[in-house]
Amino acid sequence: MTDATSSGASPTTKHATSLLAADDRTRRRNAAEARFRGYGVAAIVVAIMALVGLVSSILYNGSSAFFQTFITLEVYLDPAKLDKKGTGDPEEIRKVTTFGYAPLIVASFEKLAEEDGIAVDGLTAKKAAALISKEGAADLRRYVRADVNRVGQTVEFKFLASGRIDGYYKGRVTMESAEIDNNISPEQLQLADQLKEAGLLKTSWNWGFLTMADASENRPEAAGLGVAILGSFYMMIIVLCLTLPIGVAASIYLEEFAPKNRFTDLVEVNISNLAAVPSIVFGILGLSIFINFAGLPQSAPIVGGLVLTLMTLPTIIIATRASLKAVPPSIRDAALGVGASRMQAVFHHVLPLAMPGILTGTIIGLAQALGETAPLMLIGMVAFVREYPSAPPEGFFEPAAALPVQVYNWTQRADPAFVERASGAIIVLLVFLLIMNAVAIILRRRFERRW
Amino acid sequence: MSFVKLSASAIAIAAVSATTAYARDNVQVAGSSTVLPYASIVAEAFGENFDFPTPVVEGGGSGAGRKKMCEGVGPNTIDIANSSSRIKQSDIDLCASNGVTEIIEVRFGYDGIVFASDINGPSFAFSPADWFNAIAKQVVVDGKLVDNPNAQWSDVNGDLPAQNILAFIPGTKHGTREVFDKKVLEAGCKATGAMDIFKEANGGDKKAAKKACHSLRTDGVSVDIDGDYTETLSRLAANPEAIGVFGLSFYQNNTDKLVVATMDNVTPSTETVASGEYPVSRPLYFYIKKAHLGVTPGLQEYVDFFVSDDMAGPDGPLADYGLVSDPELAKTQEMVANGTPMAPLSN
Repeated sequence: MTDATSSGASPTTKHATSLLAADDRTRRRNAAEARFRGYGVAAIVVAIMALVGLVSSILYNGSSAFFQTFITLEVYLDPAKLDKKGTGDPEEIRKVTTFGYAPLIVASFEKLAEEDGIAVDGLTAKKAAALISKEGAADLRRYVRADVNRVGQTVEFKFLASGRIDGYYKGRVTMESAEIDNNISPEQLQLADQLKEAGLLKTSWNWGFLTMADASENRPEAAGLGVAILGSFYMMIIVLCLTLPIGVAASIYLEEFAPKNRFTDLVEVNISNLAAVPSIVFGILGLSIFINFAGLPQSAPIVGGLVLTLMTLPTIIIATRASLKAVPPSIRDAALGVGASRMQAVFHHVLPLAMPGILTGTIIGLAQALGETAPLMLIGMVAFVREYPSAPPEGFFEPAAALPVQVYNWTQRADPAFVERASGAIIVLLVFLLIMNAVAIILRRRFERRW
Repeated sequence: MSFVKLSASAIAIAAVSATTAYARDNVQVAGSSTVLPYASIVAEAFGENFDFPTPVVEGGGSGAGRKKMCEGVGPNTIDIANSSSRIKQSDIDLCASNGVTEIIEVRFGYDGIVFASDINGPSFAFSPADWFNAIAKQVVVDGKLVDNPNAQWSDVNGDLPAQNILAFIPGTKHGTREVFDKKVLEAGCKATGAMDIFKEANGGDKKAAKKACHSLRTDGVSVDIDGDYTETLSRLAANPEAIGVFGLSFYQNNTDKLVVATMDNVTPSTETVASGEYPVSRPLYFYIKKAHLGVTPGLQEYVDFFVSDDMAGPDGPLADYGLVSDPELAKTQEMVANGTPMAPLSN
């Protein structure tokens, strides 16, 4: 017994340190945990900083794209210029080109100088007319062509201001930079200031950025996202209409009906592999199959949609199978138990329960497809397209642009005004993506059932 | 069930896509990114003033555009290839093998290539020899070939500022690089006498000597830019000491950020390029597939409009943007109106 008590003394020496005061090992473990938490917080801080930096730089550069400077002028639609023969024949008037409309704008600046004294010394009316976007003459022509009886009237017309004038009120152009800028002079900026004082020049919200078509490098102020939004929309319709049925049918078959054998294993492995294939590969495939072999038109949403469908399918199949798997077997067993066929069990019980997951997967797949650029470059979507595609189904076959491609296009342009436009387009794209992801989250929250 | 409806509509779309007898009603253009802005300006004005739809203009590069044009005849091939360099015999052969036998060559103007640096830095007055001595792999010192020892522009030419040499030049896939190689490096190579020495070293082989002239130093002093001029511009903003190579039109749109260097004491401008005084320039072309004339609606009108005085003339919008108008434009107009196909390449 004494032996036992003497040997029992050793455990007491082990407890010599207090449980309240941490020993070395505990301290080391606690320190390791604290360090790990520190790493985690640091990682989150870095990620948030990167995100904030990115979003704020885009917002800083791009939010101004939604505002545009407009100049309101009184324009006399001079019959001497628009109806030179004086016949009043609508056909003749409709033939006058935009070159014929430019002098009208010059004339209204002359009038402004004479009647209201809005002029700067040494600035000719022709130079003053450069304050107006080159789109102005085209707008005026469209206005007259809509109703040729307007010839002879004096109308108040709201013109886009040229890119440099717009940049002046957005801080991109200054008096100093205008000194050395070939495209604008300080006198022109002074005239713009006079127009502003007279209330003729205003910066206001610009719906045109969302509705107008792309414009050439000579008139960045007129460039809009209309065709790109429409093109992206058409492609999303095609992707949705193709991936949802094909993806869901494939997943249901593989998950519920297919025999488990080598072949289905192979199919499964390949679907996962396809999800990891770089998107540019699908572009090459699209070019050779849909354009060169099937003879579909270039730059058309149909080809873009088909290519993006191929790209999105694996994502949707994987998401659908995961949500089918998440439905407990007891549901199937119960349905089969009361005499339902396998198809009835799947379509009446399993599929409705899996639907929220399928929709979430589909929307996330679509969002991914919406932001995809690389495959579209190969099928001719990276193009200057100014015509709006018509309503589907014909519109699917007509040239269109796409949102991410428009961003890419604008970043390559020489005029600095396109920097703002490109960032603005990124904002629009991000807003669409956020909306789609929000819808996916709402669907999941609302309808998802947990067992 | 919506699933059934969706599958039905999917099948409908597939059926439509398989059976549509597809006819194109707009002109399609692809090719050089240098020509792209000009072509889009013309396309825009064309769409505004004619009853045809606005042509679709794609970039992608000169070589890619010509290859695309040579893919064959039919509505799903392009009508026009823009090109910042002349068509090659290999392209013509490819075209012929795909049934594109007649091509109309249109030279619509010239493009200057300028050397520019940050607006706040000093201005430069270069000669081709300066550039060769600054960035070539081997240069001549005391009559002998040595690896390029120059670190500052003042080492190259005492009149230049003492600033580290750093050049952003277009990458080899650009048409601009070809012109840079030929009009700057080769000219400098000859002027410094390096050409003769290279020729001697290669046993009189002219081609090998030219190749040696084109080889650049690899110690990071000359940087190839594979992107476009906007990339060069942002690289200049980050390295205010560097010199970048730009198209004249790009420079003219960014005169508030860049200061341009003279070449052989000539300041680049549309006038000096047109007169031929400014040495670094190149012609711009587009190539029309003749088989599509009269088939694609508006094609003839588009090309006529492109070369008209209203667009490509010295006071037209293309010149405003930086195009150097072709003095022989009248001849081109006549050729386009007659649809004269190009003669076989002479060289």
